Amino acid sequence: MNMLISRLIQAATVALLVGAATFAMMRSLPGDAAWRIAAGRYGYDNVNTAAADAVREELGLGGHWFPAFVQWMGDLLRFDFGVSLVSGQPVIAEIGHQLGASLWLALAAIGLSLLIGPPLGILAGLRPGGWLDRGLLVVSTGVKAIPQFLMALILILILSVQFGWLPAAGYGAGRHFILPALALALGLAAVNARIARDAMASIAAMPFYQFAQWKGLSRRQVLWRHGLRNVSVPLLTYLGLQFVMLVEGVVVIESIVGWPGIGHALVHAVFARDVPMVQGTALMLGLGFVLVNALIDLAVTRIDPRGAR
Amino acid sequence: MMILLKRPLVAALFVLSFGAPALADNRIDVAAPFEIQSPEPSTSGHIFMRMGISETLVDADPQGRLLPGLATDWHVSDDGLTWRFNLREDVLFHDGSAMSAAAVVNALEIAKGKPGPISGLPIAAITADQDAVVITLTEPRAALPAFLAESRGQILAPAAYGPDGQAVAVIGTGPYQITELTPPLSLRATAFADYWGEQPHVPDVSYTAVSRAETRALMAESGDADFVFNLDPASVTRLSQSDAVQVMSVAIPRTLLIKVNAAHPFLNTPQTRQALSLAIDRAGIAQAVLRYPEGADQLFPPAMGVWHNDDIDPLQYDIDAAQALLAEQGWTPGADGILARDGQRFALTLTTYPDRPELPLVAAVLEQQLRAIGVDMTINSTNSSEIPAGHQAGTLELGLLARNFALIPDPIGTVLSDFAPTGDWGAMGWDSPELVNLARTLARGDGTDADRARIGAILQAELPVIPIAWYQQTLAVKSGIEGAVIDPWERNFGLAGLRFAQ
Repeated sequence: MNMLISRLIQAATVALLVGAATFAMMRSLPGDAAWRIAAGRYGYDNVNTAAADAVREELGLGGHWFPAFVQWMGDLLRFDFGVSLVSGQPVIAEIGHQLGASLWLALAAIGLSLLIGPPLGILAGLRPGGWLDRGLLVVSTGVKAIPQFLMALILILILSVQFGWLPAAGYGAGRHFILPALALALGLAAVNARIARDAMASIAAMPFYQFAQWKGLSRRQVLWRHGLRNVSVPLLTYLGLQFVMLVEGVVVIESIVGWPGIGHALVHAVFARDVPMVQGTALMLGLGFVLVNALIDLAVTRIDPRGAR
Repeated sequence: MMILLKRPLVAALFVLSFGAPALADNRIDVAAPFEIQSPEPSTSGHIFMRMGISETLVDADPQGRLLPGLATDWHVSDDGLTWRFNLREDVLFHDGSAMSAAAVVNALEIAKGKPGPISGLPIAAITADQDAVVITLTEPRAALPAFLAESRGQILAPAAYGPDGQAVAVIGTGPYQITELTPPLSLRATAFADYWGEQPHVPDVSYTAVSRAETRALMAESGDADFVFNLDPASVTRLSQSDAVQVMSVAIPRTLLIKVNAAHPFLNTPQTRQALSLAIDRAGIAQAVLRYPEGADQLFPPAMGVWHNDDIDPLQYDIDAAQALLAEQGWTPGADGILARDGQRFALTLTTYPDRPELPLVAAVLEQQLRAIGVDMTINSTNSSEIPAGHQAGTLELGLLARNFALIPDPIGTVLSDFAPTGDWGAMGWDSPELVNLARTLARGDGTDADRARIGAILQAELPVIPIAWYQQTLAVKSGIEGAVIDPWERNFGLAGLRFAQ
């Protein structure tokens, strides 16, 4: 319960900080907002003085920052995110749509990475210095070193263009998930595998683990009863940190494969100076980070109750 | 615990991966760079037009000749002020309502109140008269029908607009009607059974916005998209060798050019602008960056018909001549190889934007080519609006851009807004009373082809903008799809004319 309260306070602080920081950043960006918004709305062929003037008049831009800031924070407290300056649609509706798309992609990526990384890491950790351990070190370092956009392009070239198994880009059907999720998952799995391997190796070397084997349990039983639970604690904790990497990857991957997600929306909103969209998406990502970490704390407390207060 | 956690994930992934069967394809999937903002014609109308969902009163053929659209014919009074557009009979909107003159007036009035070509016209009134729409002007404008062919003048049903005039749905008259609109990236449409014209051959179409040119090319290559619009030069070369797609290209009325601030103390003589022009190796840029056979030797491309002037002296590449012209202007090489005059280095900033991926690449080549004559150019690749904003503020020095002279199917609209005498995307700090007169005469409808040729000659001599290359529009169509044509006016994908080969 204490933890929940502290997380709620944390969420409120994040909301305030993100709200203030995005407001300050959007205000201090160079360039005239009316022009940027007009370019976002009408495109480069049609952005001209008339369009910029129409935008300026419609939105009443260019006032003092303080009333605008007070209004934005007030709107925030009432969960009113306003309408997108570019599309004219309510920000909350756009975010709902985009957050959903990104969330499924992120979950699919995490799911795939957990299927790939930890099993390999645990196997490697059970025999430190073995061929799997050494091979995995090389492969995971190599995979981690490939930037995500390059990974996506490589996968498109191999899986879509060469073999024609998966669509190169697009959104809607289930098969559209595999390629971008895999591109994200491989990077995550490379790190997952290392964490799992180190955790497994250190646990396998501990006296209680040795004792479990000595008292006659099979290797499988030892791993099942005494290994996995212990390995999963650092793994889960690290998953919370990986969320940051995941968001970063989602931004890149979404623009490559044409995924209508929140990362894609954020990039476009920043470029078009669509302040309510930037504030809304940044806020959602900030709160998402708090939520994920709260959930992971809860899970870790259940798995390892020793630290619970 | 881990193992337990994994099971639902496995199940979820299994469903995700195989839940949707591969689509039996009787649908044309289009991929293009443009994002759908909303149902609003002033921002996304060009996509709905291209997809065959909405239509305009006036249509245009690939040569730019105007054709009947939702209006069957039009007439102008002798004083050039009153235009009467007779409407096509028995046209239904996608919601089943009839296209009445009142509905057309409503759509045009709303379009007039938003930024776009119609709002710039000298319109006194738009009224309904039985089955016709009458537009009265305060001064003659011969190109009025061409203005009505632009996508922002598309006719939507009254029910498509909210009380503030913003469109809330796309209820058009075209051969396809929207079944699913998911901004910003996709829409789906199906053939409209009550379409007034010929039924399309392909029953279903979809649109996906994919902003990266490389991804679009890969979608064409892997067969994910049947009709891919706007390919990057490198992909054209690669896709041309593929059996899976046919690559098509056509010259379009769009020019890659440098907008010059002619009021800038370094650039305020035609000789200096000619010197910069002489320093540009257009053939090199065209072949190495754009993969076109040749560069531009005047502003208006051959695709613009009578506007292209064959008698004009073509722009040349001659570094020695460029250096001689600059020396005449009092520029002498400084210690660092950069020209100087009165203690000032010849240093300029070129503003460009990455929305068109070739622009920053061309800018990088220009930086090298201008350095060869001692001009230090810094590239600022930023938001596209920085060019017109810099024009307004007077701070722009050089701008690299791709200008579309076919915003309406009559280039006079763009010539008027860019060069008579200046414009956000055209000339800056420059004035040619002769050109302004010629353009106004042409706009009234009194001009001749000789006047158009003269405009080309003035621009060639004065170089308020420095042309670099004429664009090719490229697209990839899946092999086995017939009937594809490229509309050089960028109004229509021509989906209704496509068919699958038997």
